[in-house]
Amino acid sequence: MNNFTYIRPATLRDAATQLGKEHGKVMLLAGGTDLLGEMKDDLRVPERLVAIKHLRELQGIRPGRGGVRIGAATSLVDVVESADVRRQAPLLAMAAEKVGTPQIRNMATIGGNLCQRPRCWYYRNNYPCFKHGGNVCYSATGENDFHAILEGGPSYIVHPSDTAPALVALGATVRISTGGRERSVPIEKFFVSPKQDPTRENILQPNEILTEIEVPAAPAGSKAIYVKEMVREIWDFALCSVAAMVTTKGGVVEDARIVLGGVAPFPYRALKAEAALKGKRLDQAAAADAGAAAVEGARPLAKNAYKVPLTQATVARALLSLA
Amino acid sequence: MADDDRDTPDHSVSRRAFLKGGALATGAIGSTLLPETAEAQLPIATEPDPRRSVVEMTVNGVAYRKEIPNRTTLLQFLREHLALTGAKMGCDRAQCGACTVIVNGRNVYSCTTLAVEATGAEVLTIEGLATGDALHPIQQAFIQHTGFQCGFCTSGQIMTTKAFLDRVPHPTEDEARRALSGNLCRCAAYKRILESVMTASRLMQA
Repeated sequence: MNNFTYIRPATLRDAATQLGKEHGKVMLLAGGTDLLGEMKDDLRVPERLVAIKHLRELQGIRPGRGGVRIGAATSLVDVVESADVRRQAPLLAMAAEKVGTPQIRNMATIGGNLCQRPRCWYYRNNYPCFKHGGNVCYSATGENDFHAILEGGPSYIVHPSDTAPALVALGATVRISTGGRERSVPIEKFFVSPKQDPTRENILQPNEILTEIEVPAAPAGSKAIYVKEMVREIWDFALCSVAAMVTTKGGVVEDARIVLGGVAPFPYRALKAEAALKGKRLDQAAAADAGAAAVEGARPLAKNAYKVPLTQATVARALLSLA
Repeated sequence: MADDDRDTPDHSVSRRAFLKGGALATGAIGSTLLPETAEAQLPIATEPDPRRSVVEMTVNGVAYRKEIPNRTTLLQFLREHLALTGAKMGCDRAQCGACTVIVNGRNVYSCTTLAVEATGAEVLTIEGLATGDALHPIQQAFIQHTGFQCGFCTSGQIMTTKAFLDRVPHPTEDEARRALSGNLCRCAAYKRILESVMTASRLMQA
């Protein structure tokens, strides 16, 4: 790992003033579980790290009317254990608990979980791909076992976050600050398709800091579940994951939110599956139909066709568990 | 089971004392060889190097203050600057758990924590568990069940167990399995590690 200047600002404003106008030279350090690995592998060689995990403005879980506000530097373990999160948005607690290992959840932050870089092995091995400023995605014709089956191209990475699908399903909003100027963005608009820009996964500008996630309380009468399929049983990045939230009234589905992780370059909202479910009684047939609708339009690569039936079955199983 | 008739053996105390003495001796002898000291002997720069920082933290109840390069991980700091070699470097990528130590009550991967980020923290390593010559109940349990084969991952397994049992004193086996999931054992001594954790839970209540 190259050495760097380490800055430990006292306030969010001080942190923001340290940030520059280009990506990569000055970087924010929160939990470090992704960034430090990238630096050890020389994927990132920042001249300056600005520490933000200790900042009070970015810490803590604040219950409010109709939801919770979570500071971006809040540890995942605190999200998992928060009584407020478990009461108001249990789907988020379920997803956060599926991240990494206990040590990772003690170290990593929820903001970092949303901003983490892809796990594609070409990217992680410093191939000169789109993510590293090149003009090719090596997975397209290479070893693509774990790559995108939906919305891929020109880069076929999958988004690795567990909390992101849950937060999209919950309809969360992220707050972004330059220290002086603030903006709020629906989390669905936070993530960037590779068709827009294959070099990055989110809209953050080099001088911006993700400060807070506003999570609305799950609707009354809703049930939710996060299911994650992995190569190993206990921890890994997702082969596919499903964040499903279903609101029923009189035994009929009034609203459904179905968001997939691990299968597309961003958390993928399965709108057709949601539509397929609405107005139906949630039974085996309806769950199966929604599973099939979720993977409609899937275009697997040479080595990841298995992800299509896996995702289809995982959606159906997740939904059926809510019946 | 044969393991269960073993008490805390006397030789474990002398072995531990030997190891600890060895580590301290290495620290003392090695002090002229360590990079930080070598660099300290260079002419004093007029401007402070922004790529170095002074870190202050408490490790096993002892306060330390040292100037180090910013890229120094907590694991390097413990092993190379404090000669506390109980935490091991396995993968160096936050995956295997051999480097696990406890920072402010939580088990973390010290290989993927910057030492500067631990400024002001209370750090507990395997060296801080025993009280004098009396092993910690978790250490006793791991010996009783032979909760290891080669032993390389053991200090990490024990530190995770410590952080876990401090929070969940009476775990179920399933809870213990999940709590230990961030510590790999390439010898696959998992069954005995789990037995050690469950016994440790009972010993700590006694």
